Amino acid sequence: MIFKILITTAAMAGISGVLALLLVLAERFFANYGECKITINDEEEFTIEGGSSLLSSLNSQKIFLPSACGGRGTCAYCKCKVHEGVGPILPTEEPLLTEEEMAENVRLSCQVKVKQDMRIEIPEELFNIKEFESEVDKITDLTYDIKLVRLKLTEPKEISFKPGQYAQLNSKPYNGVKESVSRAYSIASPHFEKDHIDLMVRLVPEGICTTWVHDYLQEGEKVKFVAPMGDFYIREDEGEMIMVAGGSGMAPFVSILEDMARKKSKRKMTYFFGAVTKKDLFYVEEMRSLEERIENFTFVPALSGPEPDDDWDGETGLITVPLEKYLKSHDDLEKSQGYLCGSPGMIDACIKIMKNYGMKSDRIFYDPFG
Amino acid sequence: MESLSPWVIFFASIFTGNILLVYFLGMCSFLSVSAQVKTSLGLGLAVVFVLTVTSALNYLIYYYVLVPLGIEYLRFIAFIIVIASAVQLIEMIIERFSEVLYINLGIFLPLITVNCAILGVSLFMVIRKYTFIQSVMFGAGSGLGWLLAILAMAGIRQRINEKRIPPALRGPGIVLIITGLMAMAFIGFSGIVQIQ
Repeated sequence: MIFKILITTAAMAGISGVLALLLVLAERFFANYGECKITINDEEEFTIEGGSSLLSSLNSQKIFLPSACGGRGTCAYCKCKVHEGVGPILPTEEPLLTEEEMAENVRLSCQVKVKQDMRIEIPEELFNIKEFESEVDKITDLTYDIKLVRLKLTEPKEISFKPGQYAQLNSKPYNGVKESVSRAYSIASPHFEKDHIDLMVRLVPEGICTTWVHDYLQEGEKVKFVAPMGDFYIREDEGEMIMVAGGSGMAPFVSILEDMARKKSKRKMTYFFGAVTKKDLFYVEEMRSLEERIENFTFVPALSGPEPDDDWDGETGLITVPLEKYLKSHDDLEKSQGYLCGSPGMIDACIKIMKNYGMKSDRIFYDPFG
Repeated sequence: MESLSPWVIFFASIFTGNILLVYFLGMCSFLSVSAQVKTSLGLGLAVVFVLTVTSALNYLIYYYVLVPLGIEYLRFIAFIIVIASAVQLIEMIIERFSEVLYINLGIFLPLITVNCAILGVSLFMVIRKYTFIQSVMFGAGSGLGWLLAILAMAGIRQRINEKRIPPALRGPGIVLIITGLMAMAFIGFSGIVQIQ
């Protein structure tokens, strides 16, 4: 009896073993892509083990393409041009690429696999993007649902960025959430304070990263982020800057205005900030002090639904109301630039009004919250 | 059974004893992947490969390992292990040589493992007491039969997509009706030669 059991077990184990051996040999032969050389912009090149996605291969070389979805192929931020060494466009890429992009060899680097030597092209400024290790220095409540998080850099110790750019914060797993996600937040600290960054994080109901920041993140904790990213920064020009923000959309403008104050800029600047009630409003004093430090800067806060006891005598209505009132009384808007940061709805509404009053669409810059 | 020519078995398993249209095995991937001719051809070829390889391997394992040791009752497990390995192998090959096909087949490629047509062929081979050559021909024939069926269905589906179909029948409904009609047509072949 025992003998029979042993024979049976041995036979099945033998069959599985032989098959496993065959598969290992086959994997050596078929799934081994060997070392592949990736040439970037015909300048830099490096050699890596083939077989993983282009995005993660680049990450392993400390080159970070923006990626908000973490390689799932939904955000389409990780686009880059692949000139050689890649197969046809995959069904997972097709919906996210325009025809012009396809003609220019633009691909989603998270979907493309490295299987042979590749020649790719990425924007020069992406070389600047690095992964930073940092420590939470301070968490301050700005309003009941917006927190200011100051991250002190540990490795590397300094960051250089353009005011208005954002950082991708990596959350950690917490209570019930097993995955780590990365989410983009604009940097609110001025670019000349190089040893830390400030982020403004508004609590999004059910938001994985914002819940982590609001309920779990502690002072002194170590966190990682990737920065700087984005093309929302000031274009040097003579014309007036008309800025509009809502909620945590305040962040990039704090950095931008501090920069303007330091540069002693004489550009005319008007900044509209929208909130619902007085308790949603923050940084008013900081803005008033900036008004004194910058020659031609005006701050216009507006409440869309002030409470009776808010004692509000400023602008009321959605932010589009004071914006429209201002644009109406203005001529020569063609030379002005628009800078918008807030919810996609707010941005769309503001762009519409700005265009109605004659601002050019290529002079309106915006950074919507995803 | 040794009297039957392997070629008879080969053609019979394509037409008169079509594994899909006569025995209704391997329906799930047939219903879900038959939307486009291109992907159907890819999956069909993968099934042909897996069926041919597994019927040969399973024959050898059954008659040279399981029978001498008197453990035929473990054939289900042994067959499934062989099938799973063959699918792994074909997955590696497809991923290497056609990534587009790999993504289009998606989950249905690993699911060939549980495609009942594959296990069905191995079990029929034992029940019908085929020889080695007969088994391989039966496996290859059944695979080609499955390929033929899914290609025909994909061709029809690409055409009916442009036509107006009553809303209640759209999708799997009309596919099942067409499968039934195709099965009836294939029964017409059964007068030519019978293998059972």
